[in-house]
Amino acid sequence: MKRIYLDHAATTPVHPEVARAMMPFFSERFGNASTLYSFGREAREAVEEARGKVASLAGAQSPQEIIFTGGGTESDNFALGGIAWANQKKGDHIITSAVEHHAVLNTCKFLQKRGFKVTYLPVDQYGFIDPDDVKKAISDRTILISIMHANNEVGTIEPIAEIGKIARDNGVYFHTDAVQSFGHVPLRVDDLNVDLLSASGHKLYGPKGVGMLYIRKGTKIAPFLYGGDQENKRRAGTENVPGIVGFGKACEIAAGGMTEESGRLGRLRDRFIKGILEKIEFVQLNGHPTKRLPGNVNVSVKYVEGESMLLKLDGKGICASSGSACTSSILEPSHVLSAMGVPPDVAHSSLRFTLGRENTEEDVDDVLDVLPDIVKGLRLMSPLYQEKRGS
Amino acid sequence: MPTYSKKVMDHFNNPRNMGEIENPDGVGKVGNPVCGDIMNLYIRVENDRIVDARFKTFGCGAAIATSSMVTQMIKGKNLEEALEISNRSVAEALDGLPPIKMHCSVLAEEALKSAIDDHFKKKELSQDVHG
Repeated sequence: MKRIYLDHAATTPVHPEVARAMMPFFSERFGNASTLYSFGREAREAVEEARGKVASLAGAQSPQEIIFTGGGTESDNFALGGIAWANQKKGDHIITSAVEHHAVLNTCKFLQKRGFKVTYLPVDQYGFIDPDDVKKAISDRTILISIMHANNEVGTIEPIAEIGKIARDNGVYFHTDAVQSFGHVPLRVDDLNVDLLSASGHKLYGPKGVGMLYIRKGTKIAPFLYGGDQENKRRAGTENVPGIVGFGKACEIAAGGMTEESGRLGRLRDRFIKGILEKIEFVQLNGHPTKRLPGNVNVSVKYVEGESMLLKLDGKGICASSGSACTSSILEPSHVLSAMGVPPDVAHSSLRFTLGRENTEEDVDDVLDVLPDIVKGLRLMSPLYQEKRGS
Repeated sequence: MPTYSKKVMDHFNNPRNMGEIENPDGVGKVGNPVCGDIMNLYIRVENDRIVDARFKTFGCGAAIATSSMVTQMIKGKNLEEALEISNRSVAEALDGLPPIKMHCSVLAEEALKSAIDDHFKKKELSQDVHG
């Protein structure tokens, strides 16, 4: 059976060129980058070359502002915890939003247990944070603002540059989780006015287990791991050389074709959304029609539960995702859709398709061919659809 | 997403007894939109024996499979026997459910109890009218 992968927000396949660039660093060029002999020097050079590529994609002033980590979650933990611990004499207040990734939300919850105060800003129906709300939430105790660049569920792109300006005017550090957008839409840390930015390798056709935290020069932050002198003493531990090399290569490739690829994905996305809305009744688009990631399609197919649609799609070789609680161990539906004011039954009916490099118009049309029948079958089974038709 | 047994997938893809019963002798409507599962169970009862059972369910794969399985298990049973069916026995009949999906089997048991309860209430009412 032909398989169609439409879950690029979860992870992406490693680009063949990335895999090729990594291979030598598992075996013949295996050296520890902290050693002085030839094996070590080779590894060190490769790590620094990769750092340069990542820094260039982020628009950093210097490669030294890039700290390699074990992934996006670690970068978020590092940013929030590191700023909190290093600046607690200055203040104890953090501002974030209700729609952040759990890597940010659960770090905030932990910090609350340790005495920090956290404001969770609301969002509008599209998932947008109002910069005015950020401004109003700032007090003389505020040490950090953390707002994601693009939402992982609905793809909404937040007004980061505007929020960053407010943060800067008020002398508050500003972090953005750019895990979903880095390498997919153009961004430069100076344009966004951010002091810290998280990114992950495997979301942009790089390997899993590697990420980075951009830390603007002069930012007061506590180390994440203590040990050796690696990563400017901020993240100790022998460098993941193959992973870092792969991440660097993935950034280089992303930089090369970003405008074209985001344009292509945006057109595929719009075709997909239009097709679903035309072919299936009682469907709503979640998130903003245009101010969203080029590859993100998130719809609620009312009166049908998300997981049941995912299982039927999987039966046809189509891999997607859902904000339904039934995909996780908690019963509440997606915190993102809930914060956007989507009612629980509609949130449970959500489907997320995230397009990527290998997807074609044919893939989209294949899904549009099978989805209406899947929905029809499940709606026949649904007491909610029965009520709707009876009313 | 959890991994389901072959039997769960069979009942999900080929649900038994899906639909409604006109003028049923008992209806159980359980669940709510917040937790994401809603189950309607309809029964036809003759001489204290369940002669037909049907369901409509909004829910995940496990919710649909447990609905299907419970209708199959109760058909032909007398009410006393049907009341002995527990959520565990429904889950076991499906060769088990992932731990986070056990609440779906609880819903199936609740729907069954609620449908039989509804049947007794209807019976009392009609006896009141006829008596």
